[in-house]
Amino acid sequence: MRLPLLPSVVVLTVTLAAAMVVAVGIGSVNVPIADTWNILTAGTGGDPIQDQIIWEYRLPRVLLAALAGAGLSAAGVVLQALAGNPLADPQVVGVSSGASVGAVLVITFGAGAAGGLGVSSAAFVGALGAAVLVFLLGQQRGRLTPTRLVLAGVAVGYVLLAVTSYIQLQATPNELGAVMFWMLGSVVGAQWDQLGPLAALVACCGLVLTLYGRRLNALVTGEESATALGLDVRRARAGLLAASSLLVGAVIAVAGGIGFVGLMIPHVVRLCFGTDHRRVVPVSALVGAAYLVLVDLLSRTVDAPNELPLGILTAVFGAPFFLWLLRRDRQVAAS
Amino acid sequence: MRLVVDEVAVTLDSTPVLRGVSVEVAQGTIVGLVGPNGSGKSTLLRTVYRSLRPHRGAVRLGEADVWAMSARESALRTAAVLQDNTIPAGMTVAEVVELGRTPHKGDGRAPVQEAMRRTGTLALAGRPFGALSGGERQRVLLAKALAQHPVLLVLDEPTNHLDIRARFELLALVRELGVTTLAVLHDLDLAVRSCDALVVLCDGRVAAAGSPLDALTPGVLSEVFGVVGEVAAHPDGVARITYAASPLAVDLARAELPERMRS
Repeated sequence: MRLPLLPSVVVLTVTLAAAMVVAVGIGSVNVPIADTWNILTAGTGGDPIQDQIIWEYRLPRVLLAALAGAGLSAAGVVLQALAGNPLADPQVVGVSSGASVGAVLVITFGAGAAGGLGVSSAAFVGALGAAVLVFLLGQQRGRLTPTRLVLAGVAVGYVLLAVTSYIQLQATPNELGAVMFWMLGSVVGAQWDQLGPLAALVACCGLVLTLYGRRLNALVTGEESATALGLDVRRARAGLLAASSLLVGAVIAVAGGIGFVGLMIPHVVRLCFGTDHRRVVPVSALVGAAYLVLVDLLSRTVDAPNELPLGILTAVFGAPFFLWLLRRDRQVAAS
Repeated sequence: MRLVVDEVAVTLDSTPVLRGVSVEVAQGTIVGLVGPNGSGKSTLLRTVYRSLRPHRGAVRLGEADVWAMSARESALRTAAVLQDNTIPAGMTVAEVVELGRTPHKGDGRAPVQEAMRRTGTLALAGRPFGALSGGERQRVLLAKALAQHPVLLVLDEPTNHLDIRARFELLALVRELGVTTLAVLHDLDLAVRSCDALVVLCDGRVAAAGSPLDALTPGVLSEVFGVVGEVAAHPDGVARITYAASPLAVDLARAELPERMRS
């Protein structure tokens, strides 16, 4: 049941744009869609309060949701190819757990505990630290093998989870609430100055990984086969792990541990558009972006005026849809 | 292009797997690599398609040293059909064949079409690889190798799991392609019929080499493979292998025992 690529990309792009405009308008203060459009295109809609709400709160959070969705989905594609395992996602390779340690440390004990770093910076350092550790433990005589990578990722993840749990025991109930909210992910605190670097990173990694698509196709056919196709498998795996860790680390640092997106979106895209990574990487980024923008919109409207963490909704809405899709597809069921 | 494997030695986990093996494949010929399990056939192939660096010796393709090239440079010359491929579910035949264009730059539509035409797989182009029969799969993997535009084909037991007709068809196809080929084959009769020369490996060494008639003597058959039989040229010009009524060489030794006791 493959969908035609070009029309689908057009539809998805329009959907993403429309979802972003709608998401910018809706919230605790609703701004009519015409006014939203004026504010976005002309810079002002006449009402300074509405201008401020949209420019300082709504737009950055919607943009962050889109970037986070795109980054996590693209990284998920690469991690699944790298691990040779359809269950691989940022949590499996330990990167999320590393970010949690950094963030929870700062939330609980203050910036002093992490050398003066803020929550985002500490999470980023934690994520990259975990990635380096997984990389070192996952290789044998310089060779990074998929099985060792997954096992090292799971082991490192468990140790870091224990550290996070221990820190949480030291936290006050207030801090614990903040910790929980961070770990489930949210784009509530989006700030313009974080968006620039994140956008640059997501765009760069997305482009490089798309251009690397043909070699990703070769890599998933197995190490020997990829070597015979002219791939330096060792270097390819190291580079791909670095790129995807960087991507995941940067997203989680700013938006917290949003789960399930990196696992689900690549599968959905492969089911609809086939397995060619030159398509799967960019289309996953597009679908992931639209998905998280809509999930964020739900997160602040279903239980208004309360905000739900994104991780709860990605799981509650994502998992049933995902299972339905898998059951429909006889090809996957047979393999 | 001529392939020369020169005194290649490989040690894996401190066990010598190849102990100085030399093989020559002349331009445009098919050389079969035969030998019992564990004799080092697949390991030798790995040194040729640049996956496993030999500890000693050299692999030369034409004048060029394969191990002085980059992986990509080697893949522009040598294509391999291997036993273990994890082709993702849902990948179409055309996409599998296109994998062969990985080392090349630019659009590969024409070479992919040409490779499918030559292997008779054009009609399968849109079908999922996983839904094909064993024989069709091997033809598609051969098309993938052809799309690489190789001067040397390396085949690792390409007829494994194929029915008898598909085996003959596949090797007839390889013969038709006219590309210099080094193939590991398990089926000795198929090897005798379809190869220009055979190299018999045993315990990491070359036990015999030459034309099928010269390489697979009754002595080699019983010492290396443990079977009693002979290769004979038939009046129709095609050599075939015939196994004895009691083909197990061990049985023969037992059968001889009373005779020796008598003497």
